[in-house]
Amino acid sequence: MFTKRVKSRIFFLSFFFILAILVIFYTLKSLEDNVVYFLSPTEIYNQSDISFTKKIRVGGLVKEGSINREKNILNFVITDLKNEILVSYNGLVPNLFSEGKGVVAEGKLKDRKYFIADKILAKHDENYMPPEVSKALEKAN
Amino acid sequence: MFKNFFPNKILSINSKFINGLIIFMIAIILIGLAYSLFISPEDYIQGDSVRIMYVHVPSSFIALGIFACIGTGSILSLIFKIKFMPLITKSLAPIGTIFTLISIVTGSLWGKPTWGIWWVWDARLTSMLVLLLFYLAYLLTWKFIKNFEKANKISSIIGIVGLINLPIIKYSVNWWSTLHQPSSITLTSAPTIHHTMLVPLLIMLTGMIVYSLLIFLMKYKTELIKHKLNKDKNNR
Repeated sequence: MFTKRVKSRIFFLSFFFILAILVIFYTLKSLEDNVVYFLSPTEIYNQSDISFTKKIRVGGLVKEGSINREKNILNFVITDLKNEILVSYNGLVPNLFSEGKGVVAEGKLKDRKYFIADKILAKHDENYMPPEVSKALEKAN
Repeated sequence: MFKNFFPNKILSINSKFINGLIIFMIAIILIGLAYSLFISPEDYIQGDSVRIMYVHVPSSFIALGIFACIGTGSILSLIFKIKFMPLITKSLAPIGTIFTLISIVTGSLWGKPTWGIWWVWDARLTSMLVLLLFYLAYLLTWKFIKNFEKANKISSIIGIVGLINLPIIKYSVNWWSTLHQPSSITLTSAPTIHHTMLVPLLIMLTGMIVYSLLIFLMKYKTELIKHKLNKDKNNR
């Protein structure tokens, strides 16, 4: 069907393409720690060589009823529904920061259950709906 | 269908068809804008900033779609040496670049009130920036390499390597933990976006696709004429 030259071009191009995929795959694989934007409390709990001096990010949900403010210090719990970590923070939080919603905290670990944050980001999920629908859903639950 | 992109077909498209397409596009975009800016409701937590999505999501979709076309075109052009294929991929690149840029800028405008930050180096945002760099590299190759054959070869390789970036962008939110949320619209499950928001999104997407098609047709026509003039000059 194809001429010899076309066949050889298909062969070389596929070879080059697969090679490029492999190179990119292994590069990303070895950079995994940097590609991941945040760790979950469980990952922090399980990781044996976690750094207590380097800046890291923890992400998960803000546990319901865990937000408490003392003077300027904001304390809350990040949970992934398996493990939890207590976060302490001094500063402004984004508008979307609230209980039961996603959050990413940047800062340093004191120990595996206690985190001092110097930046808080709100994480939005993939659900979009008007306020009335959200209220109706809450009522149904 | 493929025959419709043959040079003589494109050059003989009459202006009535183009004008009709322009009117169609303006009408759809106006309806889409009215729907997304005024009629559709605000979001239960994001409030009005959800309206940025009606531009952001279609732009990202088109940016990825156009690069997929450029990559596929580049493969066909390298293997089968189709004469007009480089002109098609070359004409697609500017509009794709602009939509990548729009996607990044609107995303960052949305990120500030939502996440509390303009930009983060998470997998989705970074891979989207890489897409922009691929687009720029592709455009610059055509701009600065004067020899047509050489420019075609180099830009095609850029297009093919850039193709690998597309699934990385698409699945970055599933493969790694990112600040960017996962897709609301997937092929396998029901959309997690309420229908009062999904409808304006789809209208805007349609309008912007027609817009891209129009810009592409104009650019492609110009490129064909330029190419023909160059050939005539060289033959003289």
